[in-house]
Amino acid sequence: MAASVTAPPRPQARAGATTRRKFLTDIFSVIGWGTFWSIMGIFGWMFARFFFPNVLFEPPPAFEAGYPHEYPVGSVDGRWKERYNVWIVHEPYGFFALDGTCTHLGCKPNWIEVEQKFKCPCHGSGFRKDGMNFEGPAPRPLDRYKIYLGEGGKLIVDRSVKFPGVPGKNSNELYPQSILRI
Amino acid sequence: MSEERQTPEQSERSEAQRPTARTTDGQGEGLLMRLINSHFIRSIYRTPWPVDRRSRIMTVLNSLVLHLHPTRIPRHAVKVSYTWCMGGLSFYLMLLLTITGILLMFYYRPSPEHAYWDVKYLMNDVPFGRILRNMHRWAAHAMLITVWLHMLRVFLTGSYKPPREFNWVIGVNLLVLTMLLSFTGYLLPWDQLAMWAVTVGTNMARATPFLGHEGPFGPQLGMTPYNDVRFALLGGSIVGENALIRFYVWHCLGFPFIHAWLMAIHFWRVRKDGGISGPL
Repeated sequence: MAASVTAPPRPQARAGATTRRKFLTDIFSVIGWGTFWSIMGIFGWMFARFFFPNVLFEPPPAFEAGYPHEYPVGSVDGRWKERYNVWIVHEPYGFFALDGTCTHLGCKPNWIEVEQKFKCPCHGSGFRKDGMNFEGPAPRPLDRYKIYLGEGGKLIVDRSVKFPGVPGKNSNELYPQSILRI
Repeated sequence: MSEERQTPEQSERSEAQRPTARTTDGQGEGLLMRLINSHFIRSIYRTPWPVDRRSRIMTVLNSLVLHLHPTRIPRHAVKVSYTWCMGGLSFYLMLLLTITGILLMFYYRPSPEHAYWDVKYLMNDVPFGRILRNMHRWAAHAMLITVWLHMLRVFLTGSYKPPREFNWVIGVNLLVLTMLLSFTGYLLPWDQLAMWAVTVGTNMARATPFLGHEGPFGPQLGMTPYNDVRFALLGGSIVGENALIRFYVWHCLGFPFIHAWLMAIHFWRVRKDGGISGPL
Protein backbone atom coordinates (compact mmCIF):
# COMPACT_ATOMS: atom_id res chain seq x y z
CA MET A 1 0.00 0.00 0.00
CA ALA A 2 2.80 2.32 -0.74
CA ALA A 3 1.04 3.80 -3.63
CA SER A 4 0.12 7.30 -2.76
CA VAL A 5 -3.55 8.13 -2.91
CA THR A 6 -4.29 11.41 -4.53
CA ALA A 7 -7.61 13.09 -5.03
CA PRO A 8 -8.85 12.96 -8.56
CA PRO A 9 -8.27 16.26 -10.30
CA ARG A 10 -11.18 18.68 -10.07
CA PRO A 11 -12.83 19.09 -13.41
CA GLN A 12 -11.65 22.32 -14.87
CA ALA A 13 -14.36 24.44 -16.38
CA ARG A 14 -13.66 25.65 -19.83
CA ALA A 15 -13.39 29.39 -20.03
CA GLY A 16 -16.78 30.95 -20.43
CA ALA A 17 -18.65 27.68 -19.86
CA THR A 18 -21.44 27.46 -17.29
CA THR A 19 -20.37 25.49 -14.30
CA ARG A 20 -22.84 23.41 -12.31
CA ARG A 21 -22.50 25.81 -9.38
CA LYS A 22 -23.16 28.85 -11.55
CA PHE A 23 -26.12 27.10 -13.17
CA LEU A 24 -27.69 26.27 -9.81
CA THR A 25 -27.18 29.73 -8.32
CA ASP A 26 -28.70 31.24 -11.45
CA ILE A 27 -31.73 28.98 -11.13
CA PHE A 28 -32.15 29.85 -7.45
CA SER A 29 -31.73 33.52 -8.24
CA VAL A 30 -34.45 33.40 -10.88
CA ILE A 31 -36.80 31.44 -8.62
CA GLY A 32 -36.11 33.65 -5.61
CA TRP A 33 -36.36 37.02 -7.28
CA GLY A 34 -39.22 35.82 -9.47
CA THR A 35 -41.20 34.83 -6.41
CA PHE A 36 -40.35 38.08 -4.66
CA TRP A 37 -41.40 40.33 -7.53
CA SER A 38 -44.50 38.23 -8.26
CA ILE A 39 -45.66 38.70 -4.69
CA MET A 40 -44.81 42.39 -4.84
CA GLY A 41 -46.85 42.62 -8.03
CA ILE A 42 -49.80 40.93 -6.35
CA PHE A 43 -49.50 43.32 -3.42
CA GLY A 44 -49.43 46.23 -5.85
CA TRP A 45 -52.55 44.97 -7.58
CA MET A 46 -54.29 44.47 -4.22
CA PHE A 47 -53.33 48.01 -3.20
CA ALA A 48 -54.84 49.44 -6.39
CA ARG A 49 -57.93 47.22 -6.28
CA PHE A 50 -58.59 48.31 -2.69
CA PHE A 51 -59.56 51.77 -3.96
CA PHE A 52 -62.41 50.42 -6.12
CA PRO A 53 -65.28 49.44 -3.79
CA ASN A 54 -67.61 46.62 -4.85
CA VAL A 55 -70.69 47.90 -3.03
CA LEU A 56 -71.88 51.48 -3.30
CA PHE A 57 -74.39 53.30 -1.14
CA GLU A 58 -75.49 55.83 -3.73
CA PRO A 59 -78.52 56.13 -6.02
CA PRO A 60 -78.55 53.32 -8.63
CA PRO A 61 -77.83 54.25 -12.27
CA ALA A 62 -81.29 53.16 -13.50
CA PHE A 63 -84.53 54.33 -11.90
CA GLU A 64 -88.27 54.15 -12.48
CA ALA A 65 -89.71 57.53 -13.41
CA GLY A 66 -93.46 56.89 -13.17
CA TYR A 67 -96.05 56.50 -15.95
CA PRO A 68 -95.81 58.41 -19.25
CA HIS A 69 -99.20 60.08 -18.73
CA GLU A 70 -97.81 61.89 -15.69
CA TYR A 71 -95.76 64.05 -18.09
CA PRO A 72 -97.80 66.55 -20.14
CA VAL A 73 -96.77 67.05 -23.74
CA GLY A 74 -94.36 69.95 -24.07
CA SER A 75 -93.19 69.80 -20.45
CA VAL A 76 -89.68 69.83 -19.06
CA ASP A 77 -89.96 67.92 -15.83
CA GLY A 78 -87.51 68.34 -12.96
CA ARG A 79 -89.03 65.97 -10.42
CA TRP A 80 -86.01 63.65 -10.66
CA LYS A 81 -83.41 66.39 -10.81
CA GLU A 82 -82.75 66.57 -7.08
CA ARG A 83 -82.20 62.83 -6.66
CA TYR A 84 -80.90 61.66 -10.02
CA ASN A 85 -79.89 64.89 -11.79
CA VAL A 86 -82.11 64.12 -14.81
CA TRP A 87 -84.59 66.27 -16.73
CA ILE A 88 -87.40 64.35 -18.47
CA VAL A 89 -88.66 66.17 -21.57
CA HIS A 90 -91.90 65.19 -23.28
CA GLU A 91 -92.19 66.54 -26.81
CA PRO A 92 -94.89 65.67 -29.36
CA TYR A 93 -92.41 63.31 -31.04
CA GLY A 94 -91.48 61.46 -27.82
CA PHE A 95 -89.64 61.40 -24.50
CA PHE A 96 -85.98 61.95 -23.83
CA ALA A 97 -83.94 62.23 -20.64
CA LEU A 98 -81.37 65.03 -20.34
CA ASP A 99 -78.39 64.85 -18.03
CA GLY A 100 -78.65 67.88 -15.71
CA THR A 101 -74.90 68.50 -15.83
CA CYS A 102 -73.62 71.52 -17.73
CA THR A 103 -71.20 70.51 -20.47
CA HIS A 104 -68.94 73.43 -19.58
CA LEU A 105 -67.66 72.67 -16.07
CA GLY A 106 -70.27 70.40 -14.52
CA CYS A 107 -72.66 72.79 -12.74
CA LYS A 108 -76.44 72.27 -12.79
CA PRO A 109 -78.41 74.46 -15.24
CA ASN A 110 -81.99 75.44 -14.35
CA TRP A 111 -84.99 75.22 -16.66
CA ILE A 112 -86.53 78.68 -17.19
CA GLU A 113 -90.08 78.12 -18.38
CA VAL A 114 -90.79 81.65 -19.65
CA GLU A 115 -87.67 81.68 -21.77
CA GLN A 116 -87.92 78.01 -22.75
CA LYS A 117 -84.24 77.39 -22.07
CA PHE A 118 -81.84 75.80 -19.61
CA LYS A 119 -79.59 78.40 -17.98
CA CYS A 120 -76.46 77.54 -16.04
CA PRO A 121 -75.93 79.71 -12.92
CA CYS A 122 -72.16 79.31 -12.93
CA HIS A 123 -71.03 80.84 -16.22
CA GLY A 124 -74.26 81.57 -18.07
CA SER A 125 -74.39 78.73 -20.57
CA GLY A 126 -77.80 78.36 -22.23
CA PHE A 127 -79.39 75.28 -23.81
CA ARG A 128 -82.55 74.81 -25.86
CA LYS A 129 -85.27 72.39 -24.86
CA ASP A 130 -83.66 69.59 -26.87
CA GLY A 131 -80.36 70.20 -25.11
CA MET A 132 -78.65 72.16 -27.88
CA ASN A 133 -76.21 74.76 -26.56
CA PHE A 134 -76.70 78.26 -27.97
CA GLU A 135 -75.07 80.74 -25.57
CA GLY A 136 -72.31 80.97 -23.02
CA PRO A 137 -69.14 78.89 -22.75
CA ALA A 138 -70.68 75.39 -22.95
CA PRO A 139 -68.93 73.64 -25.86
CA ARG A 140 -71.60 71.04 -26.72
CA PRO A 141 -75.25 70.06 -26.16
CA LEU A 142 -76.44 68.46 -22.93
CA ASP A 143 -75.88 64.72 -22.73
CA ARG A 144 -78.83 62.32 -22.84
CA TYR A 145 -79.57 59.10 -21.04
CA LYS A 146 -81.39 56.06 -22.31
CA ILE A 147 -85.12 56.14 -21.53
CA TYR A 148 -87.48 53.22 -22.19
CA LEU A 149 -90.72 51.61 -21.04
CA GLY A 150 -90.41 48.97 -18.36
CA GLU A 151 -92.54 45.85 -18.13
CA GLY A 152 -95.05 47.55 -15.84
CA GLY A 153 -95.53 50.37 -18.31
CA LYS A 154 -93.42 52.78 -16.31
CA LEU A 155 -90.69 54.94 -17.73
CA ILE A 156 -87.18 53.79 -16.85
CA VAL A 157 -84.15 56.04 -17.16
CA ASP A 158 -80.83 54.21 -17.37
CA ARG A 159 -78.02 56.57 -16.49
CA SER A 160 -75.36 53.99 -17.30
CA VAL A 161 -76.17 54.39 -21.01
CA LYS A 162 -75.18 57.88 -22.11
CA PHE A 163 -75.58 59.67 -25.43
CA PRO A 164 -72.94 62.41 -25.22
CA GLY A 165 -73.71 65.70 -26.91
CA VAL A 166 -71.50 66.46 -29.89
CA PRO A 167 -70.65 70.09 -30.78
CA GLY A 168 -72.88 71.45 -33.52
CA LYS A 169 -74.92 68.24 -33.85
CA ASN A 170 -78.56 67.99 -32.88
CA SER A 171 -78.94 65.02 -30.58
CA ASN A 172 -82.40 64.27 -32.02
CA GLU A 173 -80.78 63.48 -35.38
CA LEU A 174 -77.55 62.07 -33.98
CA TYR A 175 -79.23 59.71 -31.51
CA PRO A 176 -82.70 58.66 -32.68
CA GLN A 177 -82.44 55.86 -30.10
CA SER A 178 -82.37 58.44 -27.33
CA ILE A 179 -86.01 59.28 -28.05
CA LEU A 180 -88.81 57.13 -26.66
CA ARG A 181 -91.76 57.27 -29.08
CA ILE A 182 -95.04 56.10 -27.60
CA MET B 1 -5.97 75.71 26.35
CA SER B 2 -3.27 73.19 25.73
CA GLU B 3 -4.98 70.83 28.14
CA GLU B 4 -8.23 71.06 26.20
CA ARG B 5 -6.57 70.06 23.00
CA GLN B 6 -5.85 66.71 24.55
CA THR B 7 -9.53 65.93 24.96
CA PRO B 8 -10.03 62.28 23.94
CA GLU B 9 -11.51 61.64 20.52
CA GLN B 10 -15.24 61.00 20.39
CA SER B 11 -14.89 57.47 19.12
CA GLU B 12 -12.73 56.51 22.06
CA ARG B 13 -15.20 57.80 24.60
CA SER B 14 -16.05 55.27 27.28
CA GLU B 15 -17.89 55.27 30.54
CA ALA B 16 -14.71 56.10 32.43
CA GLN B 17 -14.03 59.01 30.12
CA ARG B 18 -17.57 60.41 30.20
CA PRO B 19 -16.89 64.04 29.52
CA THR B 20 -17.38 66.69 32.13
CA ALA B 21 -18.58 70.18 31.59
CA ARG B 22 -16.32 73.13 31.85
CA THR B 23 -16.78 76.77 31.36
CA THR B 24 -14.93 78.28 28.47
CA ASP B 25 -11.82 78.49 30.60
CA GLY B 26 -12.20 74.89 31.63
CA GLN B 27 -13.18 75.75 35.18
CA GLY B 28 -16.40 75.95 37.14
CA GLU B 29 -17.99 73.97 39.88
CA GLY B 30 -21.14 76.07 40.49
CA LEU B 31 -24.67 74.73 40.69
CA LEU B 32 -25.19 75.14 36.93
CA MET B 33 -21.98 73.31 36.14
CA ARG B 34 -22.90 70.51 38.51
CA LEU B 35 -26.24 70.20 36.77
CA ILE B 36 -24.60 70.20 33.35
CA ASN B 37 -22.11 67.62 34.56
CA SER B 38 -24.81 65.41 36.03
CA HIS B 39 -25.12 61.92 34.69
CA PHE B 40 -28.62 62.61 33.41
CA ILE B 41 -27.73 65.66 31.34
CA ARG B 42 -24.54 64.03 30.03
CA SER B 43 -26.58 61.00 28.98
CA ILE B 44 -28.74 63.20 26.72
CA TYR B 45 -25.80 64.62 24.75
CA ARG B 46 -23.37 62.45 22.89
CA THR B 47 -20.56 64.99 23.17
CA PRO B 48 -18.71 66.81 25.94
CA TRP B 49 -19.57 70.32 26.87
CA PRO B 50 -18.27 72.34 23.91
CA VAL B 51 -15.24 74.43 24.74
CA ASP B 52 -13.79 75.37 21.38
CA ARG B 53 -14.67 75.69 17.73
CA ARG B 54 -14.11 72.04 16.95
CA SER B 55 -16.11 70.66 19.88
CA ARG B 56 -18.96 73.04 19.09
CA ILE B 57 -19.11 71.63 15.57
CA MET B 58 -18.99 68.08 16.96
CA THR B 59 -21.86 68.89 19.32
CA VAL B 60 -23.99 70.04 16.40
CA LEU B 61 -23.02 67.14 14.15
CA ASN B 62 -23.72 64.56 16.84
CA SER B 63 -27.18 65.79 17.76
CA LEU B 64 -30.25 64.81 15.72
CA VAL B 65 -32.06 68.05 16.53
CA LEU B 66 -29.10 70.42 16.27
CA HIS B 67 -27.81 68.94 13.03
CA LEU B 68 -31.01 70.01 11.24
CA HIS B 69 -29.37 73.41 11.16
CA PRO B 70 -26.04 73.61 9.33
CA THR B 71 -22.91 74.18 11.37
CA ARG B 72 -21.69 76.87 9.04
CA ILE B 73 -23.74 79.29 6.98
CA PRO B 74 -22.34 81.41 4.17
CA ARG B 75 -22.96 85.11 4.61
CA HIS B 76 -25.17 85.36 1.51
CA ALA B 77 -27.47 82.59 2.78
CA VAL B 78 -29.02 84.87 5.38
CA LYS B 79 -29.43 87.76 2.97
CA VAL B 80 -33.19 88.20 2.50
CA SER B 81 -32.71 90.05 -0.78
CA TYR B 82 -31.10 86.90 -2.16
CA THR B 83 -33.19 84.06 -0.69
CA TRP B 84 -36.45 85.96 -0.07
CA CYS B 85 -36.67 83.44 2.81
CA MET B 86 -39.40 81.71 0.83
CA GLY B 87 -38.19 78.16 1.41
CA GLY B 88 -37.90 78.79 5.13
CA LEU B 89 -41.32 80.43 5.26
CA SER B 90 -42.85 77.50 3.39
CA PHE B 91 -41.39 75.14 5.96
CA TYR B 92 -42.59 77.34 8.80
CA LEU B 93 -46.11 77.44 7.35
CA MET B 94 -46.07 73.67 6.91
CA LEU B 95 -45.27 73.29 10.61
CA LEU B 96 -48.06 75.72 11.46
CA LEU B 97 -50.48 73.79 9.25
CA THR B 98 -49.49 70.50 10.87
CA ILE B 99 -50.08 71.80 14.40
CA THR B 100 -53.35 73.61 13.63
CA GLY B 101 -54.49 70.67 11.51
CA ILE B 102 -53.95 68.20 14.35
CA LEU B 103 -55.93 70.47 16.65
CA LEU B 104 -58.78 70.76 14.13
CA MET B 105 -58.96 66.96 13.97
CA PHE B 106 -60.05 66.90 17.61
CA TYR B 107 -63.41 68.42 16.66
CA TYR B 108 -63.94 67.49 13.00
CA ARG B 109 -65.77 64.31 11.92
CA PRO B 110 -65.53 63.45 8.20
CA SER B 111 -69.09 62.33 7.50
CA PRO B 112 -71.90 64.08 5.60
CA GLU B 113 -74.03 64.35 8.75
CA HIS B 114 -71.33 65.97 10.85
CA ALA B 115 -68.69 67.66 8.69
CA TYR B 116 -70.49 70.92 7.96
CA TRP B 117 -71.84 71.32 11.49
CA ASP B 118 -68.50 70.50 13.08
CA VAL B 119 -66.93 73.33 11.10
CA LYS B 120 -69.77 75.60 12.23
CA TYR B 121 -69.15 74.44 15.77
CA LEU B 122 -65.44 75.17 15.45
CA MET B 123 -66.14 78.61 14.03
CA ASN B 124 -68.72 79.67 16.60
CA ASP B 125 -68.49 77.73 19.85
CA VAL B 126 -65.14 75.99 20.30
CA PRO B 127 -62.77 78.15 22.41
CA PHE B 128 -60.31 79.76 20.00
CA GLY B 129 -61.76 77.55 17.28
CA ARG B 130 -62.30 80.42 14.89
CA ILE B 131 -58.74 81.67 15.00
CA LEU B 132 -57.52 78.08 14.83
CA ARG B 133 -59.46 77.32 11.69
CA ASN B 134 -58.59 80.67 10.13
CA MET B 135 -54.90 80.11 10.86
CA HIS B 136 -55.13 76.78 9.06
CA ARG B 137 -56.98 78.30 6.15
CA TRP B 138 -54.82 81.37 5.70
CA ALA B 139 -51.59 79.48 6.26
CA ALA B 140 -52.66 77.10 3.49
CA HIS B 141 -53.25 79.98 1.10
CA ALA B 142 -49.97 81.60 2.17
CA MET B 143 -47.99 78.39 1.80
CA LEU B 144 -49.05 78.00 -1.79
CA ILE B 145 -47.88 81.56 -2.47
CA THR B 146 -44.54 81.11 -0.69
CA VAL B 147 -43.91 77.79 -2.45
CA TRP B 148 -44.48 79.42 -5.84
CA LEU B 149 -42.26 82.39 -4.92
CA HIS B 150 -39.58 79.98 -3.66
CA MET B 151 -39.69 78.28 -7.05
CA LEU B 152 -39.42 81.65 -8.79
CA ARG B 153 -36.43 82.64 -6.62
CA VAL B 154 -34.65 79.36 -7.33
CA PHE B 155 -35.26 79.89 -11.02
CA LEU B 156 -34.10 83.51 -11.05
CA THR B 157 -30.91 82.76 -9.13
CA GLY B 158 -30.15 79.75 -11.33
CA SER B 159 -30.07 77.51 -8.28
CA TYR B 160 -31.55 74.63 -10.26
CA LYS B 161 -28.29 74.11 -12.15
CA PRO B 162 -26.00 71.12 -11.53
CA PRO B 163 -25.40 69.65 -9.01
CA ARG B 164 -28.84 70.83 -7.80
CA GLU B 165 -30.93 69.71 -10.77
CA PHE B 166 -32.45 66.71 -9.00
CA ASN B 167 -33.46 68.86 -6.04
CA TRP B 168 -35.48 70.93 -8.50
CA VAL B 169 -37.31 67.73 -9.45
CA ILE B 170 -38.06 66.97 -5.80
CA GLY B 171 -39.19 70.58 -5.39
CA VAL B 172 -41.66 70.25 -8.27
CA ASN B 173 -43.09 67.15 -6.60
CA LEU B 174 -43.40 69.10 -3.35
CA LEU B 175 -45.26 71.84 -5.22
CA VAL B 176 -47.69 69.30 -6.64
CA LEU B 177 -48.19 67.79 -3.19
CA THR B 178 -48.82 71.24 -1.71
CA MET B 179 -51.54 71.81 -4.31
CA LEU B 180 -53.03 68.35 -3.70
CA LEU B 181 -53.12 69.09 0.03
CA SER B 182 -54.92 72.37 -0.69
CA PHE B 183 -57.38 70.66 -3.00
CA THR B 184 -58.21 67.79 -0.65
CA GLY B 185 -58.61 70.20 2.25
CA TYR B 186 -61.02 72.27 0.21
CA LEU B 187 -63.70 69.56 0.33
CA LEU B 188 -63.67 69.06 4.07
CA PRO B 189 -65.96 71.97 5.16
CA TRP B 190 -68.63 70.18 3.07
CA ASP B 191 -70.37 73.40 2.05
CA GLN B 192 -71.56 74.44 -1.40
CA LEU B 193 -68.21 75.93 -2.36
CA ALA B 194 -66.40 72.73 -1.37
CA MET B 195 -68.94 70.50 -3.06
CA TRP B 196 -68.85 72.25 -6.43
CA ALA B 197 -65.16 72.97 -6.46
CA VAL B 198 -64.45 69.29 -5.97
CA THR B 199 -67.19 68.26 -8.40
CA VAL B 200 -65.55 70.39 -11.08
CA GLY B 201 -62.05 69.34 -10.05
CA THR B 202 -62.75 65.62 -10.15
CA ASN B 203 -64.74 65.99 -13.38
CA MET B 204 -61.39 66.81 -14.95
CA ALA B 205 -60.30 63.27 -14.01
CA ARG B 206 -63.02 61.95 -16.34
CA ALA B 207 -60.97 63.24 -19.24
CA THR B 208 -57.73 61.47 -18.25
CA PRO B 209 -56.28 59.67 -21.28
CA PHE B 210 -56.74 55.88 -21.04
CA LEU B 211 -57.86 56.04 -17.38
CA GLY B 212 -60.93 58.29 -17.60
CA HIS B 213 -64.26 57.27 -19.08
CA GLU B 214 -64.50 60.48 -21.11
CA GLY B 215 -60.82 60.77 -22.00
CA PRO B 216 -58.99 59.78 -25.18
CA PHE B 217 -59.05 55.97 -25.60
CA GLY B 218 -60.87 55.62 -22.26
CA PRO B 219 -64.16 54.16 -23.58
CA GLN B 220 -62.23 51.89 -25.94
CA LEU B 221 -60.42 50.44 -22.93
CA GLY B 222 -63.75 49.77 -21.20
CA MET B 223 -63.74 52.76 -18.86
CA THR B 224 -67.12 53.65 -17.32
CA PRO B 225 -68.10 56.01 -14.48
CA TYR B 226 -67.84 52.95 -12.22
CA ASN B 227 -64.30 51.77 -12.89
CA ASP B 228 -62.18 54.71 -13.99
CA VAL B 229 -59.63 56.89 -12.18
CA ARG B 230 -62.31 59.32 -10.98
CA PHE B 231 -64.11 56.41 -9.34
CA ALA B 232 -60.95 55.52 -7.44
CA LEU B 233 -60.48 59.13 -6.31
CA LEU B 234 -64.07 59.51 -5.11
CA GLY B 235 -64.75 55.95 -3.99
CA GLY B 236 -67.95 56.17 -6.02
CA SER B 237 -69.47 57.83 -9.04
CA ILE B 238 -70.58 60.98 -7.19
CA VAL B 239 -69.04 63.34 -4.63
CA GLY B 240 -70.57 61.63 -1.60
CA GLU B 241 -69.61 60.27 1.79
CA ASN B 242 -66.94 57.97 0.33
CA ALA B 243 -65.31 60.96 -1.33
CA LEU B 244 -65.35 62.90 1.94
CA ILE B 245 -63.59 60.20 3.97
CA ARG B 246 -61.12 59.58 1.15
CA PHE B 247 -60.19 63.22 0.83
CA TYR B 248 -59.94 63.45 4.61
CA VAL B 249 -57.49 60.55 4.86
CA TRP B 250 -55.40 61.79 1.94
CA HIS B 251 -55.40 65.30 3.42
CA CYS B 252 -54.54 64.37 7.01
CA LEU B 253 -52.33 61.30 6.60
CA GLY B 254 -51.53 60.18 3.06
CA PHE B 255 -50.19 63.35 1.49
CA PRO B 256 -48.48 64.72 4.65
CA PHE B 257 -46.62 61.40 4.96
CA ILE B 258 -45.26 61.63 1.41
CA HIS B 259 -44.72 65.37 1.84
CA ALA B 260 -42.60 64.90 4.98
CA TRP B 261 -40.32 62.35 3.32
CA LEU B 262 -39.82 64.50 0.24
CA MET B 263 -39.09 67.55 2.41
CA ALA B 264 -36.48 65.60 4.36
CA ILE B 265 -34.80 64.58 1.10
CA HIS B 266 -35.12 68.14 -0.24
CA PHE B 267 -33.36 69.67 2.76
CA TRP B 268 -30.74 66.93 2.85
CA ARG B 269 -29.92 67.56 -0.79
CA VAL B 270 -29.63 71.30 -0.19
CA ARG B 271 -26.94 70.54 2.39
CA LYS B 272 -25.17 67.85 0.40
CA ASP B 273 -25.19 69.81 -2.85
CA GLY B 274 -23.21 72.56 -1.19
CA GLY B 275 -25.69 74.50 0.92
CA ILE B 276 -27.72 77.42 -0.26
CA SER B 277 -26.43 78.50 -3.63
CA GLY B 278 -24.41 81.67 -3.75
CA PRO B 279 -24.32 84.65 -6.07
CA LEU B 280 -22.11 83.96 -9.06
